[in-house]
Amino acid sequence: MLLFERGTLELWTGLVIIILLGAAALFAPFLSTHAPFRTNPENWLCPPCKEHLFGTDRLGRDLFSRVLYGGRFSMAVGCLSMLLSVGIGLCAGLIAGSYGGIVDETVMRLTDIVLVFPTMLLVLSLIALFEPEPWMVVLVIGGTGWPGIARLVRGEVLQLKEAEFVSSARMLGAGRFRIIRYHLLPNAVAPVLVAATLCVPAAIMMEAGLGYFGVGVQPPVPTWGNMLREAQLYLRHAWWYAFFPGLFLFLTVFGFQLTGEGLRKKWGLSPSVRRG
Amino acid sequence: MYILRRFLQTSFVLFGVSVVTFLMLHVAPGHPLQSNPEMRLDPTAVERWLQLRQLDRPLFGRYISWLSRLFRGDFGVSLLYNRPVTELMAERLPSTLLLTVTAFVISLLLAVIIGTYAARYQDSACDRVVNIMSIAGNSLPGFWLGILLVIVFSYKNQLFPAAGMRTPGDGSPADIARHMFLPLSVMVFANFSYYVRYVRGAVLAVLKQDFVRAAKSRGLNDRQLLFRHVLPNAAIPVVTIAALSLPMLFTGAMTAEYVFAWPGIGRFIVSSLLARDYPVVMTVNLYTACLVALANLLADLLYLLIDPRLRVKR
Repeated sequence: MLLFERGTLELWTGLVIIILLGAAALFAPFLSTHAPFRTNPENWLCPPCKEHLFGTDRLGRDLFSRVLYGGRFSMAVGCLSMLLSVGIGLCAGLIAGSYGGIVDETVMRLTDIVLVFPTMLLVLSLIALFEPEPWMVVLVIGGTGWPGIARLVRGEVLQLKEAEFVSSARMLGAGRFRIIRYHLLPNAVAPVLVAATLCVPAAIMMEAGLGYFGVGVQPPVPTWGNMLREAQLYLRHAWWYAFFPGLFLFLTVFGFQLTGEGLRKKWGLSPSVRRG
Repeated sequence: MYILRRFLQTSFVLFGVSVVTFLMLHVAPGHPLQSNPEMRLDPTAVERWLQLRQLDRPLFGRYISWLSRLFRGDFGVSLLYNRPVTELMAERLPSTLLLTVTAFVISLLLAVIIGTYAARYQDSACDRVVNIMSIAGNSLPGFWLGILLVIVFSYKNQLFPAAGMRTPGDGSPADIARHMFLPLSVMVFANFSYYVRYVRGAVLAVLKQDFVRAAKSRGLNDRQLLFRHVLPNAAIPVVTIAALSLPMLFTGAMTAEYVFAWPGIGRFIVSSLLARDYPVVMTVNLYTACLVALANLLADLLYLLIDPRLRVKR
């Protein structure tokens, strides 16, 4: 049956989760039942009920609305960081792969240098050095996520360079950029797309981690990470405070991972070991 | 030749790491003097202070002297504790090792057993469950899982303590084990879901090879086939993963240690980062990056040791 073909089930489940959560984030102003910043001191830490679907937080703000608005930020950071990582990774990989020689060696050693720093540690250190502005968070997360993609692209290019259609194009007098644009890039799309899909949840998780450690975007802007941080002081009395932001974070990451895994299986690619 | 090349590459990477770390330390906003009002008042004191710390010298000279101090084992002094960073880290290493090594051994064993089983019965219900579980496990934020465990096991039922390593006045192994249970569960779950995919993939790849079919047709039973032919050949990817996670044993798990206030290196790293204790932050970055670079080298050398075929190929 079509549904049980390799990867199909994962792909569609993942896509449905992403689309639902994406829509929830996009239409947050219409879906939210309360203003995300409106406090109500008399009704703090109220358990989930009809009025407040996910309960209220320490200032009596409606958690359902805040979780929806938090999704906007997480998704935006995830996608923008992914674009940045893929952009840098593609350029570095293409340059290293197609030029070869000393250029290749230099680019790959630079990649190694970034790769040997554990990502979470590097991101935390850089954020601690600079300011936790939203654009800085994107820049740091995106700017540290590219080495894996660079390696992948370089590997693809090295393989494709040996292909006969590339040699024939070169013999016909095609320039380097024409070969990259019309022969290398279109053939490297599948693995890069999988890597890009898997880049989004990594960035979302990283952003939430920053928020949880208290160095991400600062409250009162609601993000899933900083909501979890606030909730930690009230775990004994208010399980819903920590449960719902985390649940949405988990579902989002899960949706993207499933999609990536589904695509990978469909196209018959093998999982790559990330070194570092 | 190959080994020499890898050594050269590793030393280049280590050099790069030291440059990056040094630059990060020096672009940190907030001159040390700005936060100390007494020194700002007296220009001669400022000059003396700069001279004492060699901050008046050009960047390159400072890098050289910083590097030579590193080689002499002087990693700087924590701004927060006013003690050598190495001393602070050495104190926290044992509790980190206790946690990480236990988690590593348990999760790797579980992953090898369950991963092999899932691959042997590919596409069975069990295999599908393992597959989905591993994706879900990779998507589960460690801090959220930790928080949920605390709510369920420490607050709703008082089964396990929520934080720390020992009850004051009690440091018996049983007490430590009780404290270790929740952070250990978070780490085992995360590591297991990560390893199991690779074990399953590696075993699956071997099972498809001709020599396995040949062995099967010679009448070997499942057990003989598994231990003599499949596992030894599936070892390489698994050893890679294991070698690459060795650095984690020494740096600790930042999230798990932070959530459960485990007095190890991971928590020390996070709290120093939050306090902007730059000397500690940079030492930690340097230390981890070096460990990772060496683990990469180790993984490559292990290949040659395990698989004699590769020695010829390269």
